[in-house]
Amino acid sequence: MDINTFIAQFISGLSTAMLLFLISSGLTLIFGVVNVLNFAHGSFYLLGTYFAYQLMQLFNNFWVGLLVGAIGAGLVGMVIEFFFLRRIYGRAQEGAFQLLMTFAFILILDDVVKFIWGTEYKTIPKPASLAGSLNIGSVMVPSYNVFIIILGLLVVVFAWYFLTKTDTGKMVRASSLDRIMLGLLGTNVPMIMTLVFGVATAMGGLAGVLAAPLRTVTPGAGVEFIIDSMIVVVIGGFGNFWGALLGALIIGEVLSFGILWMPELATVLTFIVMIIVLIVKPEGLLAKKAVGRK
Amino acid sequence: MKKIKDYLPWIVYFVFFLGIIVVDPGTHYIHLVARVIIFSLYAVAFNLLYGTTGLVSFGHALFYGIGAYVTGMLVKATSPELFLLYILLGAAGAAFVSFFIGLLTLRLTGIYFTMLTLAFAQLVWGLTFKLYHFTGGDDGIQAIAKPAILSGGVTKYYLFSFIVVTICIYILWRIRRSPFGTVLNSIRQNPQRITFLGLNVYKNQLKAFVISAFFAGVAGGLYAGLDGSIHPDMLHWPTSGNAILMATIGGMGTFFGPIVGAGIFTGLEEIVGKYTEYWSFYIGLVVLIVVLLFPNGVLGIKRFSGNKNNEEKETEVVCNSGN
Repeated sequence: MDINTFIAQFISGLSTAMLLFLISSGLTLIFGVVNVLNFAHGSFYLLGTYFAYQLMQLFNNFWVGLLVGAIGAGLVGMVIEFFFLRRIYGRAQEGAFQLLMTFAFILILDDVVKFIWGTEYKTIPKPASLAGSLNIGSVMVPSYNVFIIILGLLVVVFAWYFLTKTDTGKMVRASSLDRIMLGLLGTNVPMIMTLVFGVATAMGGLAGVLAAPLRTVTPGAGVEFIIDSMIVVVIGGFGNFWGALLGALIIGEVLSFGILWMPELATVLTFIVMIIVLIVKPEGLLAKKAVGRK
Repeated sequence: MKKIKDYLPWIVYFVFFLGIIVVDPGTHYIHLVARVIIFSLYAVAFNLLYGTTGLVSFGHALFYGIGAYVTGMLVKATSPELFLLYILLGAAGAAFVSFFIGLLTLRLTGIYFTMLTLAFAQLVWGLTFKLYHFTGGDDGIQAIAKPAILSGGVTKYYLFSFIVVTICIYILWRIRRSPFGTVLNSIRQNPQRITFLGLNVYKNQLKAFVISAFFAGVAGGLYAGLDGSIHPDMLHWPTSGNAILMATIGGMGTFFGPIVGAGIFTGLEEIVGKYTEYWSFYIGLVVLIVVLLFPNGVLGIKRFSGNKNNEEKETEVVCNSGN
């Protein structure tokens, strides 16, 4: 492989990684703070896509769609956390019930999408300003991919600032460490959990809109992506924000180069990476304490 | 009196599943009940792991699917006369694979175990598309013949499935009531105490995992014969999810609950499917209601509202203390 193909493939992998990061950082935040493994996260990705599609039918503006898709998905997420998920926290065998409830929401939300928008393929075009391509050295890169990478990096920086420098961010981190103590100190922990769930699902929705011009929009799109982002979360470590970034980079590049080298095994490669990580370091690459092991 | 009460579910079981032949509501409904009984075995086998041992596997579709694919491929490769043997071989294949997967996955606990079982199942699901020559890829395997005795009329195959499933469920019932079953139940309640008693948690969990996979494989093999066709969807994660759904709807804390759950699940799919194509929406609603209002399932409603026996109290203490 010559260097140009390599760079092109690397950048394409990077943009996939950023999309994966947007979804899986939400997943991992929910797991870390709310202590729920949200199997329905892909449905919020889907909702984001379809909200954006609807808005673009009305206003024909990508940026409005992007904004409304993210906010809409986040609002639905907050409603679901507030009225449903909250009722099973702390129950015996909670894990199984979380799995079931989020599974139920996959069934419900995906069917709602099918009911409203139908099953046929939809397309969301790239915004006109990003339809061209950029020259990086001698490599042509679609400017939309570069845009995704930059936006992803902005989210990383913003999240870092929010989580480490602001008071609310400190409370979010505190609630992932010791929820009861934080509550005793007078913080409204349930509200933080709802907010985090909302922000995380909004990020899922954002990823849904961003990915839409690169893929076809179908009601099955959420499920495809959610499995990959689950893998990212597992690799990086459950509840570990920076782990999600590392995991997304690994999986994004594995997908990108896997298709080049072993096209028939590309879909399976990610699972193999995950199985290896789970066997060697089950708590995830960036986790400090050993959890989940016997 | 306790004896009769113990056997009451069996009486209901026989009356329902044999009564349906006497009533003979037509081919369509016999086929439906045949699906119920096959799913019953799948759900009861799964519940040995889930409700009894307390392990939430999200990859049971793998063993169900291996049973179906091995049976289907053997029938295709040879003749269908040895159908029962092929089902057993499929189940043995599932048990064989589950031994190695169990060795790896049972090293982890909680959500990590769940994710790793999911990963293995999805891995094999992905592989079935690639190994086109063996598995038929996207198309699955079609036109799996039945032996001459069982072909012609779905009632014959239903009776065959009924006998096989009943034997399997009886074996699982005996396992659940054996000292080994008690050990598994105790592992769910308090693994530490089991270790202190000098029993090996890991080994017993592995045994339960393999047994559960074996009977899930039998269910898969039976399903391959029912419609004569199998599809990669049988290995996909919603199939694993269905096992959790059926066991929970019926009541994971009871032995017969998953059978009731399989009936409700299949019935719901059938009834709602008649009126609307959005049946999974309604399944989702039912699951939500069950999770929020009847967490112990249909058969657990009485126990949930009324007097709790010592075992449940103990479980609650253990769970609430965060072990």
